[in-house]
Amino acid sequence: MTSLRSLRDPLLVAVSLVLLWQVMHMIAGDVAITAPVPTLEHLWTMVGQARFLPHLRETGLAFLQALAIASIGGVLIGVVLGGHKLSGEVSEPILVGLYSLPKVTLYPVILLLFGLGMPAKVAFGALHGILPIALFTMSAVRNVNRTYLRAGRAMRLTPAQTGWYILLPATLPEIFSGLRIGFSLTLLGTMLGELFASQRGLGFLLMTAIDLQDVKTILSIAVLISVFAVLANAALLAIDRRLHRGAAPEGPRR
Amino acid sequence: MKKATWIRTVILVGAVGALELACDTGAVPAAMVIAPSAMVLALIKTVQSDDFGSNVERTLSAVAVAMSLSIVGGFAAGFVLHAIPALRRAFNPFLAAYYAIPHFAFYPLLIVIFGLGQLPLIVLATLFAMVAMIVATMSGLDRVPRVLLRTARVHHLSLADEIWHIRLPAAAPHLLSGLKLAVSYSFIGVIGGEFIMSTGGIGHEIAFAYDNFDNARMYALILFVLLVVTSFNMAVYAWERRLMRRRSA
Repeated sequence: MTSLRSLRDPLLVAVSLVLLWQVMHMIAGDVAITAPVPTLEHLWTMVGQARFLPHLRETGLAFLQALAIASIGGVLIGVVLGGHKLSGEVSEPILVGLYSLPKVTLYPVILLLFGLGMPAKVAFGALHGILPIALFTMSAVRNVNRTYLRAGRAMRLTPAQTGWYILLPATLPEIFSGLRIGFSLTLLGTMLGELFASQRGLGFLLMTAIDLQDVKTILSIAVLISVFAVLANAALLAIDRRLHRGAAPEGPRR
Repeated sequence: MKKATWIRTVILVGAVGALELACDTGAVPAAMVIAPSAMVLALIKTVQSDDFGSNVERTLSAVAVAMSLSIVGGFAAGFVLHAIPALRRAFNPFLAAYYAIPHFAFYPLLIVIFGLGQLPLIVLATLFAMVAMIVATMSGLDRVPRVLLRTARVHHLSLADEIWHIRLPAAAPHLLSGLKLAVSYSFIGVIGGEFIMSTGGIGHEIAFAYDNFDNARMYALILFVLLVVTSFNMAVYAWERRLMRRRSA
């Protein structure tokens, strides 16, 4: 599917990003930015150390729990609000309004409600992810083609069959797009939660590194998180495109 | 008023009333959430305090700079990428993955480079907000009808005239949604950065109040930020609605 040509240009940009990094290092020096190769070496030794793993596990666990809550909660909210017209109309502006608020400001409230530690991080991550997932699911359910449902009724499908054979395939592509955005935002929320008032996790390591002026560690962790985020997003995007292609066979080819 | 609007108002008023009741009866301890009425009173007191003005000015000026930079720069970058397809193909995967990166992970690095002040905050917020504008600009320009561009050529418009009279208005709906995102992301970038580490500004004040168990001041400041952002969003939304109505009429 992916030809060499379509990979070539992005690869060039990736290479130039690393070059830019090197040039910035040469201008600013080790105090501000460490060079790419030593940074990656540092990252490699850091990941190998035993004291690094608990932090990684803490962040990973917080992220996975937040993602699970955001996905399940978001899809459920979206299905209910999308299926029932009036409640959807009532709540959509509220959800959109909440979505565009800077949720960072609410973090102290979350901390007061959940206390310091894991639950607050999970709650904050889930808070970031749940709204886009709910909004996307809602519009997916609302836009199901009525003809399909009428066809299902004509064939006397049971509600379970209607869900499995009609609603699920019809809504899956758009719900998946929501999940992809929710994934990124949940990661952002979890990281934000760790940067402020936490005792463990990658965010905590970042904050300790600032206090120590340890640029190498800062860059290593930032690179680690970014690479994870970009790779996961690329995988999700590939699935997303596939689903959307399958969903609209008679649509315009792009 | 529509039925849905009615119900929504009732729900929102009911939620605030329920919170008020729960706080007043002590079902929710004041160490967690203070009553909405107390929040408003604290907000009035906070607005009158001496250092409030300078903090607000500091935050809002950083937001304004980041917002303008990202809107203007994002439009320019989007325009260039739209004009050169090869460049766009090369950058597309990065633009698609851009918001997957938790930008705040780079804030410590920006502090090391630019020092602890307004500059790293502005850079962070601009980096955060600009890509939304770039993407919105590109998808807006993609949808400019070809016939309009041909008309521009018939009228021998200069490039600047063509952008101003044809492309901008035709792409306006997409540009506006990019603008809304840029506004919201600038706020998130600046306040989030201030929150994590800074020497002043509203975000710093909220974190400071949190650290000192000064719940009244903390909730007052949070309420202030939410009010400012919501009124800004509503203004843009109203403007968008007016634009749409004029277009469809």
